[in-house]
Amino acid sequence: MKDNEILTMRHISKNFIGVKALNNVDFTLRAGEIHALMGENGAGKSTLIKVLTGAEEFESGEIRIAGIDHPIINRSPEEAQLNGISTVYQEINLCPNLSVAENLFIGREPKKNGFIDWKTMNKKAKEAFDALDINIDVTLTLDNYSVAIQQMVAIARAVDISSKVLILDEPTSSLDDSEVEKLFSIMRKLRDRGLGIIFVTHFIEQVYAICDRITVLRNGELVGEYEVENLPRLQLVAKMLGKDFDELSEIKRENSTVMDKDSNILVDAKGLGCSGIIKPFDLKINSGDILGISGLLGSGRSELARTIYGAYKPDKGSLQISGNKLNVRAPIDAMKAGMAFLPEDRKEEGVISDLSVRENIIIALQSKRGIFRLLSKKEQEELTDRFIEILNIKAADREVPVKQLSGGNQQKVIIARWLLTNPDFFILDEPTRGIDVGTKSEIQRMIVDLAEQGKAVIFISSEVEEMLRICNRMVIMRDTSKVGELKDDEITQENIMKSIAGGTAV
Amino acid sequence: MSKLQLSVPQIKEIHILQRTKEKLLGHNFLLFVTIVLFIVMYLAGLIVYKDKNFDNLQVFLNLLISNSGLIITAVGMTLVLIIGGIDISVGSVVAATCMMLAAMMERGNIGALPAILIVLLFGTVFGAVQGWLIAYLKLQPFIVTLAGMFFARGLTAVISLEMITITNETFKNIAQYKIYLPFGGYLNRKGVMVYPYIYPTVILALIVLILAFILLKYTKFGRTIYAVGGNEQSAMLMGLNVKRTKFIVYIINGFLTTLGGIAFCLNTMGAFVELAKGFEMEAIAATVIGGTPLTGGVGNVFGTLFGVLIKATIETFVSFQGNLSSWWSKIIIAALLAFFIMLQSLLVMRKNKKSRAKGLYV
Amino acid sequence: MKSLISVIKRVTKYQLFLPVICLFLVLIINLIQTPSFFHITMKNGVFYGYIIDILNRSSGLIIMAIGMTLVVASSGGADISVGAVSALSGAVCVAALGTDEVYKMPYFASILLALAVGLLCGIFNGFLVSFMKVQPMVATLILFTAGRGIAQLVTGSFILYVKPKNFEYLGSFIPGVPIPTPCFIAAFLAFFTWLVLKKTALGMYIQSVGINLKASRLVGLNSRMIIFFTYVFCAFCAAGAGLISVSRTASIDANNVGLNTELDAILAVAIGGNSLAGGKFSLAGSIIGAITIQALTTTLYAMHVSADQLPLYKAIVVVIIVALQSPVIIKLFRSIKSRLFQGGLVKEAVK
Repeated sequence: MKDNEILTMRHISKNFIGVKALNNVDFTLRAGEIHALMGENGAGKSTLIKVLTGAEEFESGEIRIAGIDHPIINRSPEEAQLNGISTVYQEINLCPNLSVAENLFIGREPKKNGFIDWKTMNKKAKEAFDALDINIDVTLTLDNYSVAIQQMVAIARAVDISSKVLILDEPTSSLDDSEVEKLFSIMRKLRDRGLGIIFVTHFIEQVYAICDRITVLRNGELVGEYEVENLPRLQLVAKMLGKDFDELSEIKRENSTVMDKDSNILVDAKGLGCSGIIKPFDLKINSGDILGISGLLGSGRSELARTIYGAYKPDKGSLQISGNKLNVRAPIDAMKAGMAFLPEDRKEEGVISDLSVRENIIIALQSKRGIFRLLSKKEQEELTDRFIEILNIKAADREVPVKQLSGGNQQKVIIARWLLTNPDFFILDEPTRGIDVGTKSEIQRMIVDLAEQGKAVIFISSEVEEMLRICNRMVIMRDTSKVGELKDDEITQENIMKSIAGGTAV
Repeated sequence: MSKLQLSVPQIKEIHILQRTKEKLLGHNFLLFVTIVLFIVMYLAGLIVYKDKNFDNLQVFLNLLISNSGLIITAVGMTLVLIIGGIDISVGSVVAATCMMLAAMMERGNIGALPAILIVLLFGTVFGAVQGWLIAYLKLQPFIVTLAGMFFARGLTAVISLEMITITNETFKNIAQYKIYLPFGGYLNRKGVMVYPYIYPTVILALIVLILAFILLKYTKFGRTIYAVGGNEQSAMLMGLNVKRTKFIVYIINGFLTTLGGIAFCLNTMGAFVELAKGFEMEAIAATVIGGTPLTGGVGNVFGTLFGVLIKATIETFVSFQGNLSSWWSKIIIAALLAFFIMLQSLLVMRKNKKSRAKGLYV
Repeated sequence: MKSLISVIKRVTKYQLFLPVICLFLVLIINLIQTPSFFHITMKNGVFYGYIIDILNRSSGLIIMAIGMTLVVASSGGADISVGAVSALSGAVCVAALGTDEVYKMPYFASILLALAVGLLCGIFNGFLVSFMKVQPMVATLILFTAGRGIAQLVTGSFILYVKPKNFEYLGSFIPGVPIPTPCFIAAFLAFFTWLVLKKTALGMYIQSVGINLKASRLVGLNSRMIIFFTYVFCAFCAAGAGLISVSRTASIDANNVGLNTELDAILAVAIGGNSLAGGKFSLAGSIIGAITIQALTTTLYAMHVSADQLPLYKAIVVVIIVALQSPVIIKLFRSIKSRLFQGGLVKEAVK
């Protein structure tokens, strides 16, 4: 371990059943450094952090920390803290009903004669915050303060307990610009104290604003460690997506069916936005469009789609569907206006686990028809069987609980559910995630069919090639703003990545 | 969304007054409402019922005397509510306690003090069983304590279907031992100086209150109770032992419930199957009205004391109005409870709206 | 051996397995204690017998269990005000009719009034749970205490007796009909509820909301109204049970009507194989559960357990059943099962 290094991880490997989450990954953190850890879905970022903090075990490799002679293995977050590593997560893991000072010290309160010494506790807390240049009343309860300040309390607690390595996991997702600035100034102060900070984030601009080094992971492997000033944005994006900048081939859309250029505007969003979730955007979608949304994880792709559907209630702007102004107060309004929404997280928001395949398929249509016009058993069975065939859903029987199906087949059930409602406008958020290759192309073909029938489709996928193949329009997201739009021939890998990277490309 | 500057000037410039306002309108808002409510009620009573000697200090002390059992039990309930649980078995446990004491002393020829110790042991074990089911088996507190309520009530009937009156000398002596206060004396009709008095149970209740207060405010265990009630997940991630804390809280609650039952028994000097029906409601109402929300994380035992006093005052008023059935006090208290629950719910909804509206339609 | 295991697995997974087994056990115990248990005789034009008695007395509980099933299914909570609501409805009915030789108001009007009171209680509960987002058992705790108090006010704290003979028809027999009326009412309600649940989408909606609230909202279901409705319906059922109860005794004792029935109703739902956390439900299971509880009560009475002592035993049963549904226990069983199963596989391989 070199002199200025505070943490080294070497040859770390970790397997889950059938998946190599980490394969021989190295990571180095120096004292007095802010180090970004970046990677897309499945890159291994969170696994690396979990292995470091003791939330997961690892199979091979070695972790060393400055000041300890031997390699360490953290078996629990508490042990990691004792070894000098603390983590602050995206969800504030503090108690909102306790005071700021108490949150700082709980579990290790200063005592006098066996009883808690409030005066000393409050004093020490004030000192800790003053040192970070945060001026707050430490005796008020935490829920009096904004998320930004709560996060700083979490950081102050973490740093107070252990002061070698601080891991910040997506700390800026809920902050506005000025709050981010304040967070950065605290991070700089901590860095100047000699702390090593691991900054896990998706926001490229922030990485360039505050980090000294970047480590990029992809598919469980180390892509490389770079100094920020030596890595242009476009190269960073390319490394994250696994594309070699020099070999950017002009992968054009495969879909060559002539699309009827019917400029029938189906969806018209003007200045639509939701505070704290997505910045206001304008978007027009024609019937027959397949609109892809590109951007890194966390850039706001799902959020844009959900804001249009009304799952996130927009507080700015307006939305028109087929020329009619739409004020969505509940999903049923969106459905009646002809929208369908396939959520990203099928387990939490899609599948109704104990209901049968049949019930899961017909429920959206039933909901649209209303509670009294029940589809007859025969109708339900016919429709279910038809879609089981069309989508090739592998289920023992249409009456088995849908939780017994494999993930891919569950996804097909949800797709069938929405197809059944015959909407004009589909929003599909990661419809092909966790589905085998053969079915993926089936679904893609189906989407093209829908567009040819005159429907409008929003298609979000983490796999850029998929979107390239069938989309005729593309929206680019970065840091929760819509930053660009591409049409037809403009849609190429290179253009997409340039738009994502933004700033000075080379 | 608050805009954050390098320091936070709006906090710096807050007057003492505004900070007090913030402290009051925070978690202590409900406590504030309770204290005001009690003062208003008592003042009203002083005016309206002057002819019934409402302004006599003894009247106030009688409130404490007849409710000392409730105060002790409600303190236990406060702890349980702060940690985010609930216990609706306390009424039945008090009944079982009284029945056990009565049966042991009258039929079992067991002395008062051993009987008291046995009963306290029973309460502790009962609390431990409930606590184990809730903390370690992760069963819903409501179902567990609902079953506990029926179990204890059934137990009371199993011990004896008939009423038992307590004649044990020691017990009677404790119950009737008057402690005279050195102040507040007044001349009665015969011209004799009479001093107000209290019973030992009141002293016991006050001791329990003070000990509970110290526990909650000045010990690590007490603060852990608040932390777990505030956000269980966070408490766990901060390294606090959530399960053990819950378990111990229910044990303490079981102990305090039986202690309260003993005080209750000293008042009733007997037991029967239907005893203390609705007592759990009174304990919960007193705690909730006293400023401890059902959602947990916040609570104050002195607020609970005021909650009990409010309940007692309502009962006194109702009894003064000769023509009103005593059921009215139960209804009024239930209505007050409903009001406070809805108030708490509204405050929570307001807070949720303030923080970002992520997620689906609420 | 393996096929026997798979048959056992399939049978035990069947939702009605638990209630049927429980009922079977209780009936056997009853039969052992009273050999004449299944005898039915005809006297004065009506049926008599232990079985008839059980069916008669369980009718009120069946009705309450039907309401409670829907509440549990949709919200994962329970309505503990059902006993108090039944007392209140009964009180309103009797007080409206008066204690004279002649009714003070038309008989059917008093019934409607009582049912309306039940609906009002349900609206109160539903409002707190669905719109104010109060925990179900806390919300219903209010009526649990206040309900009987209001009932006492309505009756003036007296036990009121109804004089006209035809008041008893509801609770016992209508002249010329050999089967007790409550059985008809229970059967009718069960049938009607089943009809609505199956012939409209309501049954599926309730299950959906209970299983996955988020997904249900995303497919357009109005979860708030669905949950609200189940609480209104449950209180309505409680009112019905209260009417049967007062009719049976031709009187109202506000302290005792529906006493301890909240635990019985929850127990019936649990024995019926329904998860107390909500989701899929079986009305038939709860009905069988209710009958089982009544049969169990008969058994315990025969063992000279008094009515006041019954709750002790029921409480233990509830705890056992709920504990078996605890996620901690289920995880424990699963790991034991997989270890046994693995052991079995090894045996197969070695063969």
